[in-house]
Amino acid sequence: MLRRDRWRLLLVAVVVLVALFLVFPVKGRINLGLDLKGGAHIVLQAKDTAESKVSEDSLERLLAVLRNRVDQFGVAEPVIQREGADRIIVDLPGVQDPDAALELIGKTALLEFRAVVTSTSPIPPAAERKNYDSDAEFERAQSRWNEAVKAIDDQKEELERQSASVESGVVARADEGRFYLLGPVLVGGKDLVDAKPQYDHLGRPVVALAFSSEGAKLFDTATFANVGKQLAIVLDGVVISAPVVQERITGGNAQISGRFSAEEASRLSIMLRAGALPVAVDVIENRSVGPSLGEDSIRAGIQAGLVGAALVFLFILIYYRSLGLAADASLFVTILLVFAGLITLKATLTLPGIAGIVLTIGMAVDGNVLIYERMKEELRAGKTPIASVDGGFKKALTTILDANITTLIAAAVLFYFGSGPVRGFAVTLSVGIVASVFSNIVVTRTILQLFMSTRTAKPAASRS
Amino acid sequence: MKHFCVDFMKYRKATLLFSLICVLASLGLLLFRGLNLGIDFTGGNVVQVEFSTAISVGEVRDILASVGQEGAVIQAYSDVGVIIRTGIGDDQTRVAVVDALREKHPDLHVVGIEKVGPVVGAELRKEAMIALGLSLAGILVYISVRFQFRFAVVSVLALMHDAIITLGVFSLTGMEVSSSFIAAILTIVGYSINNSIVVLDRVRENWNTLKSDGIITLLNNSINETLSRTINTSLTTLLPLIALFLWGGNVLRIFSFALLIGLIAGTYSSIFMVAGMLAGWWEKSPQRV
Repeated sequence: MLRRDRWRLLLVAVVVLVALFLVFPVKGRINLGLDLKGGAHIVLQAKDTAESKVSEDSLERLLAVLRNRVDQFGVAEPVIQREGADRIIVDLPGVQDPDAALELIGKTALLEFRAVVTSTSPIPPAAERKNYDSDAEFERAQSRWNEAVKAIDDQKEELERQSASVESGVVARADEGRFYLLGPVLVGGKDLVDAKPQYDHLGRPVVALAFSSEGAKLFDTATFANVGKQLAIVLDGVVISAPVVQERITGGNAQISGRFSAEEASRLSIMLRAGALPVAVDVIENRSVGPSLGEDSIRAGIQAGLVGAALVFLFILIYYRSLGLAADASLFVTILLVFAGLITLKATLTLPGIAGIVLTIGMAVDGNVLIYERMKEELRAGKTPIASVDGGFKKALTTILDANITTLIAAAVLFYFGSGPVRGFAVTLSVGIVASVFSNIVVTRTILQLFMSTRTAKPAASRS
Repeated sequence: MKHFCVDFMKYRKATLLFSLICVLASLGLLLFRGLNLGIDFTGGNVVQVEFSTAISVGEVRDILASVGQEGAVIQAYSDVGVIIRTGIGDDQTRVAVVDALREKHPDLHVVGIEKVGPVVGAELRKEAMIALGLSLAGILVYISVRFQFRFAVVSVLALMHDAIITLGVFSLTGMEVSSSFIAAILTIVGYSINNSIVVLDRVRENWNTLKSDGIITLLNNSINETLSRTINTSLTTLLPLIALFLWGGNVLRIFSFALLIGLIAGTYSSIFMVAGMLAGWWEKSPQRV
């Protein structure tokens, strides 16, 4: 064995040991993407409204408020980052209820207390067939209901006409379908210091508010001026309740009771504590995967990977015999290196990423095929086994490099343009290419050198 | 030792014509039939739910019709699981659909939701075209530098052939095209070139026999000498792809199907098209040797 070969053997031994150390035990060392471990991926687009324009500053504040909300919601390892000029990506791993998460981050949560000028009557509940004896009666009930809705629409238009004459008057809808004509904002969410979910004396979930000293003064004035009148509590332009003020409230504490569940009360508290979003947002993308779906995907991916790998190992062994054994050993090192690479780069393994690994198994042996076919040619040309190993590697080297660099070009483009799962595929593909080139030209060669030094007399390739 | 030898160049007009017909047919399909674009491209709402007992698509459709969503696309992927696509709407539509289903089937389980805004979909379409163009250009430049310009042009034409045929097959089968399909096409582009490189590498190596043998024999010899390589490398990649296709689960099935089609088209084009086009080009305008 030449000195150069010894160095190569040492290199391979060190690389394999380091890789083994990095990879085992695998559990918990690989970052799984949201498509595998479950969770919500949400993309928000900030949009201009009459009140607030999207700006660098408002976007930074938006990020801060979102972080605050998500932290208080209690999600482990959330990712909240800007994308481009006016988008924000929110990744929430392990979220079980994506709709709750969406409520939490997509809502502006602008709280206002406004005086009620007047209101329409509420919309009665729609007729249901089961409450009526005959179709004719049901139809009459339906037409009555339609008339009622139309009457309220007319009243609403009337309110809109009136609103011009009221100082900063607006018409707002309430959950139960009633419309209110509201006066100016008396106290706002920015005057709050705390909000927490509680239960009122009837056991209904409410949100308890504590105002700042400034806010307490405003609230005092507002309640004093409106005793016996309705005060509307408006969230994001919707009236959530409009209680009649019984007496002047001085302590700076108040309570919002709407028709919400305990979860909604706690979510609203979080949003009020974290503050309103400085600009309005649209949810332009939302992908949520339940943990069970992710587990199924992993299981299927591993199964397909094992079967695919077994087929490749067998094919190479049958076709190339003892040389195939060397190729299989080097393929094993490739797979080991791919995992070590993903762990070292802290890359995220996604579902297409699993496909990338399986594909790598098939592509990694290509280099071995190229080398072995070359060696056969060299042998046929009458070279000794050792010389043909050298010649085979030397001549196949440029082909292997050219072939893999072109694949890398495509993977790089994919990484640049792709997002999420597709980017995960580009990463595993790239890591796979680098690992397989190393295995092809260093590991396979070392194994063959070991072969040669033990059985120099026999020809290395028995088939052609 | 006698070498297995096929006169590929003799059939080059027929094989090139065959490829041309396939490409034209694929383009025709794309033009007139189009692709079944998923919500990644079109925007929309998808919710994936699982019931505790077997349920039929018709039953789901009836429930959806009761909330005015009779137009929703419902697809069963197992006895108990369905994917419902409700078109571009707000979250309210999706919530209404799930609530309606839950009313009849209280133990319903939402396993995943996907919502893509129309803006995102339009951007993805644009980015996909740019990405494909960029990777083809990158490969064109690389092969031009490492080999020669003509080699680069014919191999990129072969890659376009592979990509177009994969698109054509997807149009024909009506399989859903999602963002991972772009990954499959780009992988085909990056990987199919490998076999062409193996052949072209041999052409370059045999270049000194050009004067004595002529271009046709040179190309024929090069393909034949590398044939076992081309077939074996394709086979070893085919095996794991088949495993993925059969056992990889719903999402990866479509992804690996695209790769399978691309791989087969790529192997064909490396053996039959690349050298054939080179020969045709050479006969039109021979290069100085």
